[in-house]
Amino acid sequence: MDTALGIHRFQFAFTVTYHYLFPQLTMGLALLLVILKTQYLRTNDEHYNRSARFWAKIFAINFVMGVVTGIPLEFQFGTNWSRFAEAAGGVIGQTLALEGVYAFFLESTFLGLFLFGEKLLGRIGHWFAGFMLFVGMWLSGFFIVATNAWMQHPVGYRIAEDGKIVLESFWALLLNPWLPWMYLHTMIGSVVTAAFVMASIGAYYLLARRHENYGRTFVKLGVTAGFVASILMLFPTGDRQGRMVARHQPVALAAMEGLFETREWAPVAILGQPDVERGRLDNPLTIPGMLSFLTYRNWAAEVKGLDAYRRDLWPDQIPLLYYSFHIMLGLGTIFIAVMSVAFVLLRKGRLYASRPALWTLMLMLPFPYIANTAGWFTAELGRQPWLIYGLMRTTEGPSVQVSSGNAMFTLIGFMGMYALLTVLWLFLCYREIERGPEPTQVS
Amino acid sequence: METLWFSLVAFMIAMYVVLDGFDIGAGIIHNFVATNDAERRKVLASIGPVWDGNEVWLLAGGGTLYFAFPKLYASSFAGFYLPLIIVLWLLILRALAIEFRSHIRSDLWRPFWDVVFGGASFLLAVFFGAALGNVVRGVSLDARGDFFLPLWTDFRVGAEVGILDWYTILVGVLAAATLTLHGSLWVALKTDGELQQRAHRWARLAWPVTALLTVLVTIATFTIQPQVPGNFSRYPWGAIFPVLALAGLAGMRLWLRLETERKAFLASCLFIIGMHTSAAFGLYPYVLPATTGPEFGLTIYNTATTEYGLRVGLAWWIPGMLLVAAYFVFTYRRFAGKVRLDQVGHY
Repeated sequence: MDTALGIHRFQFAFTVTYHYLFPQLTMGLALLLVILKTQYLRTNDEHYNRSARFWAKIFAINFVMGVVTGIPLEFQFGTNWSRFAEAAGGVIGQTLALEGVYAFFLESTFLGLFLFGEKLLGRIGHWFAGFMLFVGMWLSGFFIVATNAWMQHPVGYRIAEDGKIVLESFWALLLNPWLPWMYLHTMIGSVVTAAFVMASIGAYYLLARRHENYGRTFVKLGVTAGFVASILMLFPTGDRQGRMVARHQPVALAAMEGLFETREWAPVAILGQPDVERGRLDNPLTIPGMLSFLTYRNWAAEVKGLDAYRRDLWPDQIPLLYYSFHIMLGLGTIFIAVMSVAFVLLRKGRLYASRPALWTLMLMLPFPYIANTAGWFTAELGRQPWLIYGLMRTTEGPSVQVSSGNAMFTLIGFMGMYALLTVLWLFLCYREIERGPEPTQVS
Repeated sequence: METLWFSLVAFMIAMYVVLDGFDIGAGIIHNFVATNDAERRKVLASIGPVWDGNEVWLLAGGGTLYFAFPKLYASSFAGFYLPLIIVLWLLILRALAIEFRSHIRSDLWRPFWDVVFGGASFLLAVFFGAALGNVVRGVSLDARGDFFLPLWTDFRVGAEVGILDWYTILVGVLAAATLTLHGSLWVALKTDGELQQRAHRWARLAWPVTALLTVLVTIATFTIQPQVPGNFSRYPWGAIFPVLALAGLAGMRLWLRLETERKAFLASCLFIIGMHTSAAFGLYPYVLPATTGPEFGLTIYNTATTEYGLRVGLAWWIPGMLLVAAYFVFTYRRFAGKVRLDQVGHY
């Protein structure tokens, strides 16, 4: 790989991966906050309001982190990927500007009102501020996923005389068939993260025998939301997303599954390591016919393997793509299992006393983050070697003016800056969790 | 259509400078006007509910610029690579300082973030001013419309320009002075007592500095960028923009003396808008002139997206901006009046 290109890619991958640690919590948490505020309105029980206020603090810390790590991404389209920005700006400029005008203003306005305006707004006004915050966050996600969906499956464009990719139909861009399932899959993924985090903190309070009444509320809401969201992740959103990939990016599907040879009764690999040199899957453990069934609803159907495509159309990081996909899928399955058991225990009224279940919930905290990250790796590495699928290769995208040394300097700078951010973020979140939801005398 | 979008993007950038400008200005004077923790919390509380929304104008303005003039965005962001990344780091540090400072009550934690807040705000003002200076002066564009500038060369305005030279530094200092004045007037508007008096004193000090630098920068601009005097003589009606700026400057002086903070602050907004529209008018139709020859310059015509794209954009931009106007009116009315620490939500 060309050095400068590799650094540009790694810098974007690093900054976007780090950034997405925060929105994946806050987008889902916004929904859970609305639920808590609704419960407060319905029951008039201050307990729910205090619960919401506690999560609003965690939300605020993560929101700030999301904002400050998000700005570099919008800049990097121009700074590091100027050839791509120039060629495709006529199309993706629309969705990025729409996000700014419609989502960012909405979010920031109602976040300010939600955090600072409880006394000014009254009960219903404050609920409404929370609801609008949720709308803003999910709208923001929509425009970003719309941008990515266009890069995965470009529609509504034409190539102008000067070679630029320009918009031909605004509605085709927003009604991209790739978009609805990818959007739902992404957003429900963020609900999974928020639900696991809420259940985890709740389980921690119960196990530590502190703030136990809040612990029960958090575990109950976290497990209920986590149970529903984990199932929706697999079916229908994950399933439909997978079939989209099978139809429009079959070579990516073959790489994700480590399917080197075209065959009938194509298997799904549970374990195995792709060996790209020799074109085979080492130490495989497979379910025959499963991939054929998932793709075509027919166990015997032929699925094209990597050998059906020219080598320069293969994704360039097949092992990483394969591992990412399998980690996402494996964790998704574990989430369904854990949340189903927890949900049954909850319904039977035994969850709060079950220490093994609470320990499991508490320790699950990092895994939805890993699963969401692996999911994005799958989408982005599966798109390779294309920057815009079928239209522009990744090698054609970076800023040629920016030398590898400059890019390396800023990459290391970002790493240092984000290491500092991580320490701050952990420290502040830890402090809020330690302080707990009970109001203290001194503000 | 290109001219319309040029005006709309200029409007969004002017809104950014007016709104986030007072946040940045409040940051610059933060450590000097506020001497104890309660006063510093007041300064922060005066921008607390609004600074994030103000900063969105930068993102939304940048996004709109990208959508309307993709070539300009691509060329300038890559060409100004290092200074832009440094601006990003400063924005990150400043946001952290504002949001995280008051989380912990400690004699080390809070002063540390106060200094970060003040320092990052000051540097941002200088960088943004220098960026505007670069856009007015022009850069060494090649035939493809690309460039890459070193941070500085010999500090002279010639063919081999750097990002910093005497002209862009001068504009940077003007920006810092203007925003100091703007922020002082904001703090004076939102606070009372000794804090307000000190903010008044800063405003009175910053006014003559700003006025002097405005004269210097105007003379320098007319000398180094022939497009500017050219435009003003071709279209004399454009004199309205500098007249607005002058009116703002004079209004500030008058209302500063009378201590009518609201009017003085609005006059400062007018001054900033007047200065920005003057610069935009003076450059039109250029968006990034070339020091290598006028034929290489980027204009609204050779950077804009298609007619269809611009028309569709108008259809969503107008209703979007009406909504934004509604949010801002609502927020600023809700948080109107002097800051009182006991009324600040749960922070």
